[in-house]
Amino acid sequence: MIEAVTSTAERRPASPLQAQDRRLIRLRACLEQGLPLVPEPFKVLAEQTGLSVEEVRTWIGHWQHSGFIKRFGLVVRHRRLGLAANAMVVWNLPDDRVDEVGRRLAAEPEVTLCYQRVRRLGWPYNLFCMIHGVRRVRVEAQIRALIQRHGLEDVDHQVLFSRQAYRQRGGRYTPEEP
Amino acid sequence: MATDKVVDDLDRIDRRLIDRYQRSLPLVERPFAAMAEELGLDEQALIERLQRLCDLGVVGRVGAVFDHRQAGASELVAVAVPDHRREAVAQIINACPGVNHNYWREHRYNLWFVVTAPDSTSLELRLTRLEAELATPLLRLPMVQSYHIDLAFALPWAELEEA
Repeated sequence: MIEAVTSTAERRPASPLQAQDRRLIRLRACLEQGLPLVPEPFKVLAEQTGLSVEEVRTWIGHWQHSGFIKRFGLVVRHRRLGLAANAMVVWNLPDDRVDEVGRRLAAEPEVTLCYQRVRRLGWPYNLFCMIHGVRRVRVEAQIRALIQRHGLEDVDHQVLFSRQAYRQRGGRYTPEEP
Repeated sequence: MATDKVVDDLDRIDRRLIDRYQRSLPLVERPFAAMAEELGLDEQALIERLQRLCDLGVVGRVGAVFDHRQAGASELVAVAVPDHRREAVAQIINACPGVNHNYWREHRYNLWFVVTAPDSTSLELRLTRLEAELATPLLRLPMVQSYHIDLAFALPWAELEEA
C-alpha cells in the first residue's frame, strides 16, 4: 500500500496534461463517464485502469486540489429538472470596460456562466453571460435588474433564450485509445 | 418521460442528496455508504436513489467535471440555418465528434454548440471538417477569459415546484 502511494508521488507530473501514463488517461475517461453505482466504485475504476484503489483515490483528490477536476459528484441536468428558461445574454462592451463588467456580472448569484469571447465580423458581442431560470418572465426581470444595477442601459446587448437542447452532456476530452 | 414535472417525484432526501453532493464525494472505500450515513439511509437505499435519479434523467452521471482549459481544447460555435434545415443540421452537428452541447436559440444564429477535443490541432480538424460538411460558415467564438463558470449552483426547489 505505502509503496504504491510513494511511487505515485514520484511519478506525479508537473502538469496533468503532460501525463503520458495511459492508466491516468484511462482514469480520466472513466471519471468523465461516471462512477459505477456499486458499493465499491473506486475498486471498479482500479480494475478498469490498472491503478491500485489507493492510487485512484489519491489521483482524484490531487486533481480536485489542483483544479483539474472542477467538481466531482452528481452532475445535474437542469433542463430536465425544470430549469428551462436558459438565457444567453451577449453584450457589446468597449474593450476597456469588458473586464470590469465581466467580473461584476460574474459576482451576481443568478449569473451561472460569464466569459469574454472574441468579436467577429457581424458579431460585435464580446461578453457572454448565462442565466438559468425556471420561468422566462422571471429571467427577463432579472436581466432588466442587472442592466439597472450595473448601469448597462446604453450597452448594446441581445438575449438569446434556448428553445431546445439537441444535446447536453459533459465534456469528453480524453483521446480515444487505439 | 412519464411526467414533465419531475421535481414532484423528488422527495426531501433526493433534494438533499442533490444539494449536498454536486461538488465533491467522500474519497473513501465505500463512498455511497458514507453519503448514506449522512442522510440517514443505508448504502443500498442510497445507491438505488442515485440510480433512480439517473433513470429519471435528473442526474446525468455521478462523475467528474474537468476544467476544459486544462483538460483539452473547446470552442463555442454558432451557425445560422434556415428553419426547415435546423433539425437536420442539428443532427449533423451532433454526429461530429466532441460535441457536448447543442442548443436551438432564438436568434438568426439559431444553433449554438460546443466542440471539445483532446488538443487544439484535433479541434481545428473537427471544425474544418464540420464546416465543409455543413457548407455553412461557422461563427467561431473562442474564449478570451472566463470570469465564472459554475453549474453546481443551488437549485431553486420552491420555484421549480410552483412552475
